[in-house]
Amino acid sequence: MTGNLEVVTTRHNAAIDPVLSAWGWEIPVYLFLGGLVAGLLILGAGYELLHPDRPRSRALRAMPFAALGLLSLGMLALFLDLAHKLHVYRFYLAFRWTSPMSWGSWILLLVYPVAFLHGVGSLTAGQRETLLARRALAPLLRPLLRWADRARRAVLKTSVVAGLGLGLYTGLLLGTLAARPQWNTAVLGPLFLASGLSTGAAFLLLFRLDEREHDFVVRWDVGAILVELLLLGAMLLGFAAGDRSAQHALYHLMGGPWTSAFWSLVVFAGLLVPLAMELIGRRRRLPLAALAPALILAGGFALRWVLLVAGQASSFREFP
Amino acid sequence: MTGPRWAMTVDTRLCVACKACVLACKAENAVPDGFCRDWLVEETRGEFPELHAQNRSERCNHCSEPPCVDACPTGASHVAGGGAVLVTHDKCTGCKACIAACPYDARYVHPGGWVDKCTFCLHRAQRGDQPACVSVCPTYCLDFGDLGDPDSVVSHKLRERRFKVLHPETGCGPNVYFLE
Repeated sequence: MTGNLEVVTTRHNAAIDPVLSAWGWEIPVYLFLGGLVAGLLILGAGYELLHPDRPRSRALRAMPFAALGLLSLGMLALFLDLAHKLHVYRFYLAFRWTSPMSWGSWILLLVYPVAFLHGVGSLTAGQRETLLARRALAPLLRPLLRWADRARRAVLKTSVVAGLGLGLYTGLLLGTLAARPQWNTAVLGPLFLASGLSTGAAFLLLFRLDEREHDFVVRWDVGAILVELLLLGAMLLGFAAGDRSAQHALYHLMGGPWTSAFWSLVVFAGLLVPLAMELIGRRRRLPLAALAPALILAGGFALRWVLLVAGQASSFREFP
Repeated sequence: MTGPRWAMTVDTRLCVACKACVLACKAENAVPDGFCRDWLVEETRGEFPELHAQNRSERCNHCSEPPCVDACPTGASHVAGGGAVLVTHDKCTGCKACIAACPYDARYVHPGGWVDKCTFCLHRAQRGDQPACVSVCPTYCLDFGDLGDPDSVVSHKLRERRFKVLHPETGCGPNVYFLE
């Protein structure tokens, strides 16, 4: 690309030269699960806020507890990535407003109680009776249930806000690191949020839902995929209109080493094919095959994996 | 602002890329095998016979607006006295956000679990000594001093010579100046 420039460096810091590989598989796994949980919280709470009755299907009622489990898995991946694991408590001895990672660690703490209250309030009368029959649980659970029921709408609204925060932050975490031209775009926050909504919807579609719930989730999924495609287009246009480093970021996805993974796994198999399947399935009233949600989930992971790896291979040092 | 504003100048006309600065730093700061806090870049531009070569001894730029400090979630990366950017080992979780945030790739994960980088040899500066790299340079191409003091060597050199900083477009305000 720069035929008249030759650079020789004596530097040999492992994990940085020749390309930065500070973050391994743990971070895309975490970003994927974080986005998925954000989508679950927003859709689950959103459904109940927009419809007068509580969710009927077991899947949607149990969703907040599944979200807690998935988020814990994601946090485990994040923990495994730390070079000094015993210092993990340091995240909670400081709040640094300039650091998305600091915002994220506090948002994660907010998600746990909110999702738990959301889930407790979704328990059926039968489930409540079974739990209250346990003498050890009853004194704790009774006031908790009363409170979760009384503050139901507030809990749901907080759930949506926590989901929005979590989904946006997973993108901003990379998007604010301007040192990597591949991530130097304001699109990443909303892009990861839209992808989180879509993967959250796909996860729900793997289970049996009530017909109205199913329609709601598919409608939101289709909307999220369309927004995601628009944002991906905006990202590529932004790179195309940018400086040399942005052009190189574009090259990574249009002709360079991540082109095939990006277009085949993320755009085609992860967005376009499942979008077509969902649209056809809706119009023809066909039962939705599990294939579409599985493709969306794989595509959502591929999106984060490709952008993370391509981002770590992009650096200002390439343009001395 | 009271107190010093530390900066470094690298005379690219004098540097012969001998790597003495790298070895001095490794010895002074016990930098583990396989890592370095400073390094050499030999850059050749142009097409034969119109070639322009430059040797640069590079390190952390101790930026005035350090993105690594902004990205750090625990406050381990901080701006210390004189504007030097340092890492408090006890607070560092090794999350590597600062590594991804640094446009100069000047940081690495120390095998001890914290993120490590050039400190401008602040421990030496505080007792009036030059940083290890500066003190051993056989061509005297490196200088370190207080930009706030108009009589310091670095102030003099920046007044008298043409200079550049690396990637000013990042907006980080780097404080290592390359004299041309």
